Amino acid sequence: MNSLSKKDKALLLFVAVMALLAPFLLNPFPTDSAMAQFNAGYPDLMQRFAIFGILAIGFNILFGLTGYLSFGHAAFLGVGSYSAVWMLKLLSMNIIPALILSVIIAGLFSLLIGFISLRRSGIYFSILTLAFAQMSFSLAYSVLTPITNGETGLQLNLNDPRILDATNTTGNLPVTGLFGLEMRNTFTLDLGAWAFQFNVGYYVCAAFLLLAFYLSIRIFRSPFGLMLRAIKTNQTRLNYTGLNSRPYTLAAFVISGMYAGLAGGLMASMDPLAGAERMQWTASGEIVLMTILGGTGTLLGPVLGAGFIKYFENIFSKINETVLHSWFSFMPDGLNDAFVWVLHFFVGKGWHLTLGLLFMLIVTFLPGGLMEGWERIRDKIRGGKGGGKNPPAEATKTPAE
Amino acid sequence: MGILEVQNVNKSFGGLKALQNVNLSIEEGTIHAIIGPNGAGKSTLLNCFVGKLIPDTGTVMFDGHSLLGRKPHEINQIGVSRVFQTPEIFADLTVLENVLIPCFAKRDGAFTLNALTRVSGETDVQEKAEQMLIDVSMQDKKDMIASSLSRGDKRRLEMAMCLSQDPKLLLLDEPTAGMARADTNNTIELLAEIQDRRHITMAVIEHDMHVVFSLAQKISVLAQGTVIVEDLPENIKGHPKVQEAYLGVAAS
Repeated sequence: MNSLSKKDKALLLFVAVMALLAPFLLNPFPTDSAMAQFNAGYPDLMQRFAIFGILAIGFNILFGLTGYLSFGHAAFLGVGSYSAVWMLKLLSMNIIPALILSVIIAGLFSLLIGFISLRRSGIYFSILTLAFAQMSFSLAYSVLTPITNGETGLQLNLNDPRILDATNTTGNLPVTGLFGLEMRNTFTLDLGAWAFQFNVGYYVCAAFLLLAFYLSIRIFRSPFGLMLRAIKTNQTRLNYTGLNSRPYTLAAFVISGMYAGLAGGLMASMDPLAGAERMQWTASGEIVLMTILGGTGTLLGPVLGAGFIKYFENIFSKINETVLHSWFSFMPDGLNDAFVWVLHFFVGKGWHLTLGLLFMLIVTFLPGGLMEGWERIRDKIRGGKGGGKNPPAEATKTPAE
Repeated sequence: MGILEVQNVNKSFGGLKALQNVNLSIEEGTIHAIIGPNGAGKSTLLNCFVGKLIPDTGTVMFDGHSLLGRKPHEINQIGVSRVFQTPEIFADLTVLENVLIPCFAKRDGAFTLNALTRVSGETDVQEKAEQMLIDVSMQDKKDMIASSLSRGDKRRLEMAMCLSQDPKLLLLDEPTAGMARADTNNTIELLAEIQDRRHITMAVIEHDMHVVFSLAQKISVLAQGTVIVEDLPENIKGHPKVQEAYLGVAAS
């Protein structure tokens, strides 16, 4: 197989091993220890790591390569979810048709939005995509209720036709599966004080993550990817080289829309319901944060960024004042209260504050995101020249900041 | 009939008549210089050739095609390349990648979704790009990021990019502006060499008379939006109209 260079093969292998061992790696603390709440190795969160990883990889193909900052990618995620749930309602509880439809519908939808939005660049493009995403959100929330079921969200129902499946006589809602393998199946391995969970759904998501990552490496290294990077650095020269940038940006937009559709479809396949809030602008903003935090235009960065944000969202938001009091119980009462009073702003519902601060710090000191941090550490260890070869500001030099 | 035929071109911006009845004919295989004092309309004329501006009236014919109403990328596809006054290169990419892009564009046309092959695996394009870099003696800089090149090298790179498309007509907008004397001489040598080897038609806009008279086989003098003289270099030097145009502006 000559499709990847040695370095890229090593990177893909690294991600594969990480994904395979995630149930161990994310569960470093014994189940009964005080630190157990920092464990992230439970199925629900691991699935989200993989799904948002796919989403960020796709977003990075557009933003990282062409520099076009879309603020509407959550719309494609939502469209993917709705398509998948409809497939699960009408056709079968097998997730494959659901995923195929969600990718196709998200692709068509992004073709439409991209065709119009890409007439502009820079901040105008961003605003256009934002407007479209908000329109999609309100359509889903209140106008197209027969399709989206409005604010309740689209759910499975016992009376759904599911024409390919056998008649359901159990009286329970059916569960999603892959040719009979149920997504919710989890095997728990008890090793001393540790309990490691291996979930079918997670491994399905991880397999798609690897596929998505592999495709993204191929695109990055291809002549098409080179043209996309050329668009980012100098569109004038590209035009005077006989190339029209629009078909290229549109192709990148559709590809990244299809990635988002796949992520939305997987979300619905793991937990078969779809709500309009998935399409809201905050969700779109989160995708942008993930990519910038991880490292725009790098291969691995977006996956790291997605994992980073999802980890903080799930772990910090679980810490409450009681937990804080127990941490600082060794202090005298007054001091304890003072510490808890300060820190409680940053945890629980206030985790966004922590995220905001971290984002600020990273963008200020590591404009290339987590990947730049990693490179700096690597250079230090090698006793290197420091600084790194690539100009760090490159990643953030985008038309619409 | 020249390869580029400009007839009765007029262009005004508001009340300012930038070009008035411009007629110009560039013979295939020659280096044709367009000179003139500041504000004479040289750049406006060039922009009419590449599709950036559309003349109000008149025709611009290139190799049997009308250039009017075509977009820059379409004009490039029929064989017109342009070197800018400030080099327009892909600053964030490496020197080799900069040259690879026009090579791909030449091979694949306006748009190809070539997303699953490897750039490094496309040997025909790679070889062409490397050869191009050798031709402009930049092969030792191929892995440098283009933005870190010196100004002279950027210009050299931009020329390499244009040449790798095998254009029929190369437009050069002040190719030696802001260059040191040594760099200027290098550029003159490079252009003469290209002309020698590839017989590419060139239109050069230039202020530096040293460059003009070392290269040009024919010169058009533009003043206040019209071509006042079009002649061989030896006839231009002492031409009374030319002296008037330049000295008149200098004196005012």
